Amino acid sequence: MANNTQPGAAYNFLDVGDKEERHIFAVLVANEPGVLARVIGLFSGRGYNIESLTVAAVSEDDSLSRITIVTTGTPMIIDQIRHQLDRLVPVHEVHDLTEEGAHVERDLALVKVISKSRSHERRESLRIAEVFGAEPVDTTTSSFVFQMTGSPGKVDAFIDLMRELGKVEIVRSGSVAIARGAQHI
Amino acid sequence: MTTERAMTGAEVIIRSLIDQGVEVVFGYPGGAVLPIYDELFKQNELRHILVRHEQGAVHAAEGYARSTGKVGVVLVTSGPGATNAVTGLTDALMDSVPIVCLTGQVPTHLIGNDAFQECDTTGITRPCTKHNYLVKDTEVLARTMHEAFYVARSGRPGPVVVDLPKDIQFAECPYIGPDAIKHASYRPQLKGATSSIEEAIEVIANAKRPIFYGGGGIINSGPAAVKKFTDFVRATGYPCTLTLMGLGALPGSDPQFVGMLGMHGTYEANMAMHHCDALICVGARFDDRITGRLDAFSPNSTKIHIDIDPSSINKNVRVDIPIVGDVGTVIQQMKTAWKARKKRRTNTKALRAWWEQIEAWQDVNCLAYSQDKKTIKPQYAIERLYELTKDRETFITTEVGQHQMWAAQFYKFEKPNHWMTSGGLGTMGYGLPSAIGVQVAHPGKLVVDISGEASFMMNMQEIATAVQHRLPIKIFILNNQYMGMVRQWQELLHGSRYSETYMDSLPDFVKLADSFGAVGLRTYDPADLDGLIEEMIAVDRPVIADIGVDQTENCFPMIPSGSAHNEMILGAEAKGFGATGVSEEGMVLV
Repeated sequence: MANNTQPGAAYNFLDVGDKEERHIFAVLVANEPGVLARVIGLFSGRGYNIESLTVAAVSEDDSLSRITIVTTGTPMIIDQIRHQLDRLVPVHEVHDLTEEGAHVERDLALVKVISKSRSHERRESLRIAEVFGAEPVDTTTSSFVFQMTGSPGKVDAFIDLMRELGKVEIVRSGSVAIARGAQHI
Repeated sequence: MTTERAMTGAEVIIRSLIDQGVEVVFGYPGGAVLPIYDELFKQNELRHILVRHEQGAVHAAEGYARSTGKVGVVLVTSGPGATNAVTGLTDALMDSVPIVCLTGQVPTHLIGNDAFQECDTTGITRPCTKHNYLVKDTEVLARTMHEAFYVARSGRPGPVVVDLPKDIQFAECPYIGPDAIKHASYRPQLKGATSSIEEAIEVIANAKRPIFYGGGGIINSGPAAVKKFTDFVRATGYPCTLTLMGLGALPGSDPQFVGMLGMHGTYEANMAMHHCDALICVGARFDDRITGRLDAFSPNSTKIHIDIDPSSINKNVRVDIPIVGDVGTVIQQMKTAWKARKKRRTNTKALRAWWEQIEAWQDVNCLAYSQDKKTIKPQYAIERLYELTKDRETFITTEVGQHQMWAAQFYKFEKPNHWMTSGGLGTMGYGLPSAIGVQVAHPGKLVVDISGEASFMMNMQEIATAVQHRLPIKIFILNNQYMGMVRQWQELLHGSRYSETYMDSLPDFVKLADSFGAVGLRTYDPADLDGLIEEMIAVDRPVIADIGVDQTENCFPMIPSGSAHNEMILGAEAKGFGATGVSEEGMVLV
């Protein structure tokens, strides 16, 4: 069944021309076993997308964890995701940061670039890293590991450039995000 | 409240059940729950109903819960005990039934070791429970038990599993009472937003073609909420339809009740839904059996939706005025606003025209069937059952299929909590164990499981439970020797190719009853039907009544999959079905 737009389908969500949007959710959950499984199970069970997901304990007493989820969906699906997350018993707060206003979003990548020692590519990768503010955190004569932090778009751009300069291996944290200004979440 | 004497985990478990007001536990023992069963043995406050299969235990607890409004409690062992309970838990989740299911687990040090009768119970039940717990720490046992009850019954109710490793059951555990518990994050919203309520009242008052669409949420909100709903519907004079789960929320004989809606709902209810200009949805969730084709669902109405679960709102159908809150609380707010309203409350002239239109639809007589002298029509059997039981307090449970829809169409429920059926999950085999749970809660009352022969055979081992515990439930089998609803779809959608739906090799139900120590009755003759029903009621023992009915009868009216409310098929027109019938797209739907 293509695109969930089968005519007359009672089961399929009717697409009324809404475009898919990218949203960032910040979810405060009880820091207890199984919470992440509940969140992930909710997304897979109900067919929602996960672009990235990060989690770590954030409260002083470690009782709360904060999950940042980047997802895509039509406005109605995004609304469902918010309510379905809120329905999970150990979930304390759900915030759609995209909806709630200005926020800072950051992604961290460790980018390993392998190129011949003393080559032009090797020097170039170091220069570009400097332009991007990426910090070399490990080096050998034939490789660098750069620590790159920035908006996901900027991290993407950096990785694309590195790919041209050698064999590249990457690991990314996925997005974390927080509201701008004095407001909570 | 802490105790002076140290208690074992098993003692804490039993104690917390008693402190939660539990009277009955439905269960099946096994290795991983032996300490709990030992404590059960030593006390007299909790009654234990031994079932014959763990699925039956959950359905029985569901029947108990739905007929009383209390939390149903299940106790099963680890591994297969837990996995057998999964269908029941899913059923309870879909129908919002408050259940606490205690499962045994292998000792904590063996978890993850593929130990004997080990399974990942919390992993398996995570998507089919409202919440679940694995208790690995003696300190939190009592708290977890009380929290489980709080979560099961609060907000939109649902099943909660507490997985209890055997070493915890033996270990010394501190006890705290239920009063000390306050949940850290789960506090459902009960009161509706005042501004939304005012907006809704404005729409309700100005409607020309209004309809109330009520669901199981009204019943879950309790008898007081049902009364408020009934009062409010009567105060407006508006027509009201109810979902399968909502039957009983308005008396079935009320002149404002236009019947159930949805796939097998009445013509008038569905036509009214289609043509209304104000739709007031109370505690229902726009399920696909209700809406039919979504893009043609009630196209010209302003939609108000009251629900305690925010995720039910705007899930399938966009509504104009969402009100998150408990039905009882919100309807009370609405009643107050309605009374205080100074402007005109209803458009009397438009309402009269609307009722005339509805009466014209009612004249279609969509539930008509023809009963002859030779074969019992299933509809007739249920009508007779209704006539012969309506003057006493009767609880009806059903299995799933044609008989279930006929029961919903032909049995009139005057009160809430008297109708127990598997709506969301559609679990064949639900009705018999559910009837057991109802009968446990209501000794001396008449409990009838309206059943089909195929569904009955899915959980018929529970007859032994009924016999053992002297529960005189009546199993009223409409026996057409087919999986009737599947056969109907095969007839209508698949060229009458009855693939694997004939129930071959059926047992002799009378002898079967006999062998269990129950009473078996049988008839194929319309003339004997009343006598059989009277005998069935009179016998103070479990009864299996085998009613041979017309094998080819179909359940109408029907909205075929992928069709809209105004494209219903009526019984008399059934022959024209193939020509106008179901589209290619509709065929792939269930």
